[in-house]
Amino acid sequence: MLVLSGIVIIVIGFALGINPLLVVTIAAFASALAAGHGPIEVIGMIGKAFVDGRFLAVAWLALPTIGLLERAGLRDHARGLVQRLRGATTGRVLLGYLALRQLTAALGLTSLGGHVQMVRPIVAPMAEGAAERGDPTALDPETRDTIRANAAAVDNIGLFFGEDVFIAIGSILLIRAVLEQNGIIVAPLHVAVWAIPTAIAAFLVHGTRLLLFDRRLKARRQ
Amino acid sequence: MIGLDALGVVSGLLPAAVAVHHALHRETRDWWRSAAFWALFAASLIAGPWLPDVANGMIVLAMVALATAGLRPAPVRTTSAAERAATAKRLGSRLFLPALCIPAVTLAGTLLLPDGKVAGVALIDPKQVTLVSLAAGAIVALGLAIRLTAAPRSAPAAEARRLTDAIGWAMILPQMLAALGGIFAAANVGQWIAMGATTIMPLDIPFAAVLAYCLGMALFTIVMGNAFAAFPIMTAGIGLPFLIHHFGGNPAPVAALGMLSGFCGTLMTPMAANFNIVPVAALELRDRHAVIRAQIPTALILLGVNIAIMALSVLPGTPR
Repeated sequence: MLVLSGIVIIVIGFALGINPLLVVTIAAFASALAAGHGPIEVIGMIGKAFVDGRFLAVAWLALPTIGLLERAGLRDHARGLVQRLRGATTGRVLLGYLALRQLTAALGLTSLGGHVQMVRPIVAPMAEGAAERGDPTALDPETRDTIRANAAAVDNIGLFFGEDVFIAIGSILLIRAVLEQNGIIVAPLHVAVWAIPTAIAAFLVHGTRLLLFDRRLKARRQ
Repeated sequence: MIGLDALGVVSGLLPAAVAVHHALHRETRDWWRSAAFWALFAASLIAGPWLPDVANGMIVLAMVALATAGLRPAPVRTTSAAERAATAKRLGSRLFLPALCIPAVTLAGTLLLPDGKVAGVALIDPKQVTLVSLAAGAIVALGLAIRLTAAPRSAPAAEARRLTDAIGWAMILPQMLAALGGIFAAANVGQWIAMGATTIMPLDIPFAAVLAYCLGMALFTIVMGNAFAAFPIMTAGIGLPFLIHHFGGNPAPVAALGMLSGFCGTLMTPMAANFNIVPVAALELRDRHAVIRAQIPTALILLGVNIAIMALSVLPGTPR
């Protein structure tokens, strides 16, 4: 039962707003010590697992490129581009990105997106640009943050509920492997087909919320 | 062969450059904290596989200590709004090209070299083709961006540091959480949760079993930050014995919708740092949970949708 102390520490630590790195470290120690591992052993476990996860750092290699493009005005250009489109609103811009992200992910093109490569330099400035309509003072910091958070949310939702429709994605392979261990053979296509209803629901639900978000933004302006 | 070790070395060059930049531009008294933090991260990525586990663990603990004390980097000088407007006007939509080059090269590499063989030679570890392509795409894109924007020689490192500082310690959080997930798994935290779910819920009622499986997947994912960690345990605990074997549910929809319920959990948890905390840092939002807040309503509705679809596919009388 004490091995669950790690979860309690995570919940309390995150709720109190303590630095997540510290919270995670303490939680790891609590659960591992409770499971009977010695402190030096736990340090080794953390070190090994951290190094095993180093593939997660590859995505940061995009940063210098994005930085240089921002330096040359990529965000400003993205913002201006949207303002030249009549009828572009924040909700519609994000709805378009949701459709694009879901469709490309469903085709297995999951790398076409991402918070650092796409949302920060392109999608978020477009969504903000549509709301401010050439007047950079039109958005208070609160509204700007909400728009950016929604841009990030669209990237996640589009990816999660698109990728499962593709037959060779990690989650489908994991499903197959787990079922196979238990003597059940399923075709990847069979599993992927059952992701389609939820994918459609995700587009309808989140799309509606984005259009409602437009209304809220409009109400806020007045 | 180019594999995970080579990828780690290339990835480590970024924090190494940032650390050197901090050491060469000492504008605040606290410059050494940032320099040390990024140097340690670089050491872990580059040399980690050849260091003893405990040494790697000590590096991690030192990074956690520095981050907890606060990195406090000095702001990096970049272009003014007027300069940016001028270059943006001159370069126009060509500015998109290097940014789109990264996914384009990633896709091309993944599709054209599925087995990692170049001209018959096994050059790339077949398991890492996508990541190697991503790294290659980032390097090609950087070259393009330097040429296109005619950036001065100092700009790439300065801009890399500007964004790295903006994201800060959140950059190592995904790896930390992956480590925590491993420790939770080693401590059998998952079995405890599955056991809890099976004792609380009356699993002999079909709908209750569906509810327990879907909510269990979402909750477990919220705790672990990763639906992939939750899926094998919840499926072995509830999905297989109750939904598939006992009630004769169709395995494909049960498993698919179970996984998608886990994804709903991913949208609601700070433990999924890659998706929910990193963007907060990358977009410089003040509320750490802003992205999660934007996602919760959609996640809850879709969780309900998943439960409904699964219930319809498991209840008797549905086509198999």
